[in-house]
Amino acid sequence: MATPRKPAADLALWRWLPSGKAWAIGLPFVFLLVFFMVPFLMVLKISFAESTMDVPPFTHLLALEHDKLAISLNFESYRTILEDDIYLAAYVSSVKVAFFTTLLCLLVGYPTALLIANARPALRNLLLMGIILPFWTSYLVRVYAWIGILKDQGLANRLLIYLGLSDTPFALMQNTFGLYVGMVYSYLPYMVLPMYAFLVKMDTSLPEAARDLGAKPWEVFLTITLPLSFPGISAGCLLVFIPSVGEYVIPELLGSSQDLMIGRVMWSDFFNSIAWPLASAATCVMVALLLLPMVWFQRVQNREPQTA
Amino acid sequence: MMTTPPHSTKIAPTAPVGDEGFLQIVEVSKKFGEVTVVDRLNLSVRRKEFFALLGSSGCGKSTLLRIMAGLETPSSGRVILDGQDITDLPAHRRPVNMMFQSYALFPHMNVSANVAYGLKREGVARLEREERVREALELVQMGAYAGHMPAQLSGGQQQRVALARSLVKSPKLLLLDEPMSALDKKIRQKTQFELGTILQKVGVTCVMVTHDQEEAMTMADRLAVMSEGAIVQMGTPENVYEAPSSRFAAEFIGSTNVFAGTLTEDGGSLLHCGELEQPLELGFAMANARQGHAVQVSIRPERIRLSFPEDDTTPPVHNSALGVVEQIGYMGSYTLYYLRLRSGRVVMVHVPREILVGFSQEPDYGDTLQLRWSVRSLVVLS
Repeated sequence: MATPRKPAADLALWRWLPSGKAWAIGLPFVFLLVFFMVPFLMVLKISFAESTMDVPPFTHLLALEHDKLAISLNFESYRTILEDDIYLAAYVSSVKVAFFTTLLCLLVGYPTALLIANARPALRNLLLMGIILPFWTSYLVRVYAWIGILKDQGLANRLLIYLGLSDTPFALMQNTFGLYVGMVYSYLPYMVLPMYAFLVKMDTSLPEAARDLGAKPWEVFLTITLPLSFPGISAGCLLVFIPSVGEYVIPELLGSSQDLMIGRVMWSDFFNSIAWPLASAATCVMVALLLLPMVWFQRVQNREPQTA
Repeated sequence: MMTTPPHSTKIAPTAPVGDEGFLQIVEVSKKFGEVTVVDRLNLSVRRKEFFALLGSSGCGKSTLLRIMAGLETPSSGRVILDGQDITDLPAHRRPVNMMFQSYALFPHMNVSANVAYGLKREGVARLEREERVREALELVQMGAYAGHMPAQLSGGQQQRVALARSLVKSPKLLLLDEPMSALDKKIRQKTQFELGTILQKVGVTCVMVTHDQEEAMTMADRLAVMSEGAIVQMGTPENVYEAPSSRFAAEFIGSTNVFAGTLTEDGGSLLHCGELEQPLELGFAMANARQGHAVQVSIRPERIRLSFPEDDTTPPVHNSALGVVEQIGYMGSYTLYYLRLRSGRVVMVHVPREILVGFSQEPDYGDTLQLRWSVRSLVVLS
C-alpha cells in the first residue's frame, strides 16, 4: 500500500533526525545551559561589584574581616544604565535588528523546512546535511568568508562588474544590508532545524483530508499546515531571536559603525573603558528584558491546545 | 444537497446514467517509478452499492482508493463517476469524500469545526452550515460532543466524527480506507454493524478498502479480491466464498484445504491425488481434458464431515480419507480439528457444536477419524 511515509521506517543514516524534535530543541538547550547559564551567574556577580584598577578589574562581593562576613552589593552600574540614554537606544536597536533577523529567517526558513520535510527521504537527508554542514566550520571563519564575498573587491562585486551590471562596486557591507546578510546566514539553521523536525512528523493525511474536503492548495496551507506548524515556528523564532539580540561579531564585521547594538556597547565597556561591572549590569538587564516576554510566550503556548 | 462546483458539471452527452456503472475504473494503471502498483484494472460499481476492495498490504488497493479520491494520479486509464470523467479533476473539486484510516481529524479544531470544514470550503452560508453539521453529528450520535477536541474522544468516537465529516457534503461516492483498523477488536463488530446501518440510511455509494475478509464479507454487497495490482475475483461475498476461482481467492477469503491432483483418464471425473489414498470424485466429467491434466480443488473445512470409523460402516469409495487428530481448537460455535492423513498431509476441519454433541464421545488427540465430503463441496480452482 502507498500509505503516507512514516519517519520511523526511514532506515537512513540520519534516521534519528526526523523523530528528533527533542534533539533539535534539546541539544541547543543543553548547550545554552552549560555555556550560558554558568557564565551568566558569574556576570551577575560582577554586575554588583565596583570597578577598580586591579586584576581582575572589580571588587569582591564577599569580604571576611575580623570574623565578620561583609556582603557589599553595588547598584551604581544599574543606575548608570537607567540614566544614560545610550543604553536604552542600544537595547531598542538590538531588539529591532533581532526582530527583523527573526522575521527574515522565518520567511526564508519556513519554505526551506517545508521543502525538506516533503522531499524524498534520500534527498531529504542530503538537504539536511546542507543545513548542518556549515556548523562544522568556525562561526568566525564563516563570517569572515562573507567579508570576502561582500567587500568592494569581493566575489559579489567582481561578478556584478564582470556581468556588466555595474561599473562601480556596490557597498554590500559595513551597512544594514551586510548586517542582515550575516545575521540571516548565521541564524537560519536554528530556524530551519526545529521547524523541520516538527513538519516532518506531521501526519500527511491531514493536508490530504483537507484537500479531499474541498480545500484549494492555499487553503490547505492556511487552515491546516500553518496552524499545525505553529509550535515549530515559535521554537525556531525563539532560537533565532534570543542570540541575535546580543550578537556582537556580525554587526562589528559586516554592519555599519553607526549601528548601535548592545553587544557593541558592552564590548566597549569591557575592553575600552575596562568597566566590567557596568558591562555586566548591561548584560543582566538585557537577559531580564528577554526573559520576561519569553516566559509569557511559553505560558501562552502551553495554554493554546485547550482554547483553540 | 450536493452543490457541484460549476466547472465539474461537464456531463457526457450520452443517455442518462443508470445504476450500473455508476463508478467505472477503466484500464487504470499506476506506476511508482519502475514498480507497477495497479495494473490495467477495470472495475464497475453500482449506484448505492457497498463495494469492498479486499487484499493484503501492498496489493494496490489503497492506491486504487487514492486514485478514486484524486490524491493519486493514475499513470494511465480513466475514472468515471456518474457519467462524468473525473480522471483529471483535482481532489478538492471531486464530489468524492474519504474517511481516512487514521481518521485524519484536524487536531486544532473541535468536532463541529472539523465537520464544518468541507462545507466552509464550499461556501455554504453559516446558518445552513450549522444546520447540516448538527444533522451530520446527530446521524452518527455525536451531537453531544460538538465542542470537544478530537484528542478528547475515544477511537470509536473519532471514527464517527470522521464519518460525519465525510458524509456532510453528501458526496456521490464515499471512500472508506480500512475503517476498522484503528479500533479494538472487541468494538469492531458492533461498529461494523453501526456503520452499515448509517450508510444504509444515507444511501451513499461506497467503496471500502480492507485486509480483513470478515469485515468485507459482513459489510459489502460485492467485493473484489486484489493481488499484485489486479483483481483476482469479483462478486458477492457468498459467490466468492462458495465458488472461488483461484487458489489465492479461496485461501484469502476464509480458510480452505487445497488438493492438487491429475485426471485419471481422458474426459473423466476422477482425480488421482498423491496426498489421498482414494481418488477424488469431481461429480462432473472434464470433457475436454486429457489424462494427467493437473487440477486443483478446494474443500472448505466446514464441508468435511468427521466420524469414528467404527460408526461409519459403509465408507465411500471416493471423497474420503482417514486421519489422526493432531490439534484441537475450541472456537465456541465450532471446534477446529487438524488431522494428519497417512500421506503426512494436514487437513483442517470445522465441526459445528450441534454435530459434535451427536458424537458418542468427543474426538480427542490421537483418535483416528473418518473424513468424508460430498461432490458438491469440491470447488475446482483455475
